[in-house]
Amino acid sequence: MTATFRLDSPADPATPEPARTPTAPAADGKRRRAKNAARRGEARAGLAMASPAIVLLLTFLIVPVLLGFALSFTNARLISPEPLRFVGFDNFVRAFTIDPTFFRSALNTFAFAAVVVPVQAGFGLFLALMVNQKIRGVTAFRVIFFIPVVTSIVVVSILWKFMYQPDGLVNSFINSITFGAWQGTAWLDNPSTALFAIIVLSVWQAVGFHMLIWLSGLQTIPEELYEAARIDGAGTWRQFRDVTWPCLRPTRIFVLITITIAALGLFVQIDVMTQGGPIDSTSTLVYHAVLTGYRQQQIGYGSALSLVFFVIVLVIALIQRHLTRDKD
Amino acid sequence: MRGTRPEASEQRRRVWSYLVLVGLAVFFLFPLVFMFVSSLKPDSQILSDISGWRAFLPVGDVNLDNYGAVFDRVPVGRFLLNSLLVTVAIVGLGLVVNSMAGFALSRLRWRGRGLVLGVVIATLIVPFETIAVPLVYWVAHLPTLLFQDGALVYDIGWLNSYQVQIIPFVANAFSVFLFSQYFSTIPTSLDEAARIDGAGWFTIYRRIVVPLSGPAFATVAILTFLPAWNQYLWPTMVVQDETLRPVMVGMQYFFQDNPAWGEIMAYTSMITLPVLVVFLAFQRAFVSSVAASGVKG
Repeated sequence: MTATFRLDSPADPATPEPARTPTAPAADGKRRRAKNAARRGEARAGLAMASPAIVLLLTFLIVPVLLGFALSFTNARLISPEPLRFVGFDNFVRAFTIDPTFFRSALNTFAFAAVVVPVQAGFGLFLALMVNQKIRGVTAFRVIFFIPVVTSIVVVSILWKFMYQPDGLVNSFINSITFGAWQGTAWLDNPSTALFAIIVLSVWQAVGFHMLIWLSGLQTIPEELYEAARIDGAGTWRQFRDVTWPCLRPTRIFVLITITIAALGLFVQIDVMTQGGPIDSTSTLVYHAVLTGYRQQQIGYGSALSLVFFVIVLVIALIQRHLTRDKD
Repeated sequence: MRGTRPEASEQRRRVWSYLVLVGLAVFFLFPLVFMFVSSLKPDSQILSDISGWRAFLPVGDVNLDNYGAVFDRVPVGRFLLNSLLVTVAIVGLGLVVNSMAGFALSRLRWRGRGLVLGVVIATLIVPFETIAVPLVYWVAHLPTLLFQDGALVYDIGWLNSYQVQIIPFVANAFSVFLFSQYFSTIPTSLDEAARIDGAGWFTIYRRIVVPLSGPAFATVAILTFLPAWNQYLWPTMVVQDETLRPVMVGMQYFFQDNPAWGEIMAYTSMITLPVLVVFLAFQRAFVSSVAASGVKG
């Protein structure tokens, strides 16, 4: 597997010399030789300068992708007395038929994405519109909304876990705004609220990033379009619907796809806050893959689950390509 | 008289905008304010302050005891140093390796260039989560050279080392892509002129292209700095040795028995503060980096 790749790999300086032209007639032979030498020099320099990145990407990205694919069909374990054995589709059959946690994890992952994608994209757009106004101090608000993005998701998860405790900040806030009518709940210990609680903090943490993406999209819209719309008597809503929204199409696709892929990869929040519980109500595809593949050392099975996740991401990326190609 | 009505409505709109913006700012800041404030209070006071405004104010028995306790409980200094080392190495090596590749791919003609560029762009969509499990298996089987008692020894397995935290993240397809995009906007006539003066390609890269590409380097540095500092999934898998742990994994110490929330808040404050300071100092560059990452839709 690696050998076939090495053949194409320009990492070996001996192989890919450019094709030599037949020796030139004596008259302009000197000039042509110089030109050929220059071209060879350029090819050699190109290869030499690209090769560190090529070797590293091959070793730590391409090989793991192919290895993951191959291991999916084996019984590989991290430390195992048993020899590596080809098991065909056993891992996939196990996932789709006899592993209830896999099914629950897939369901949770899609539920999470189904809520997070529209909420975060919409909220991000709202924030972008708010900070795109020509009013004083608007940069300060951009910075503030972006602060959770630079805060590690590990820290954010710990912080919110503390706030979600039965006697924590969130419940005491709910208690005081409802004048004691509602006491809240143990958000993360309750199977029906745990995923929702994780959704809230996930949106809070990442929305600032997408606000900036929307903002850079908004700033590419020419001001004349708005002037023309105003002359035609369009109000705020009409301006948004007929100018802003259509002009944001490329940004929209980018934002939706990046949020979807990020949402499907949900892991850290689960690992820090709930470990998939209570009763699998917050387990996700990636969490389940890491749990079985690494913590339980079943590399083959974990690789199979990762492959399922990868295929989903691939399909979404292909949809994105299709959508962006339509435009051009 | 005619101008007053629209102006008044404009005024009203502005007031509303500010009200909404301030409300949102509170929503985005309150957890962090709560964290920093709580890190200064003893556990008993954190819990008693929680039901009111005092939760967000540094009042009452405010001191740095929690920070002292953190240093007693875990080797924080070591963790911070590990994270710093790993982050600096990933960002520093990454700038060199990825910019050279970007240069070769955007300004030099060589066989295989198209293939490499195609593969680099194709790999942009591979999320790290999908390769994490096979990558652990892979690095556990990679050969490594060690110096032991003055002799070079050959060993198998990269687990529990600095290199396993650094090397896999040095080359980055997105960084290569950003560099090559940026470099291709610099006129190639500069290269030709330098060639005539007898400069080699590496000299052109180092003396002409790199000095002209400050914004590209800043963008890549910022976009790789954050994930490197915040790494969690990978180090939990490959680093068990306490002396090699980065800050995010060092957290696990606090949940072993009854969590002491004051100390936890002190620890999370300590690992958040450096990033916040860097962000606030370079916020303009941060904002344009993120914008640049989304430009290519």
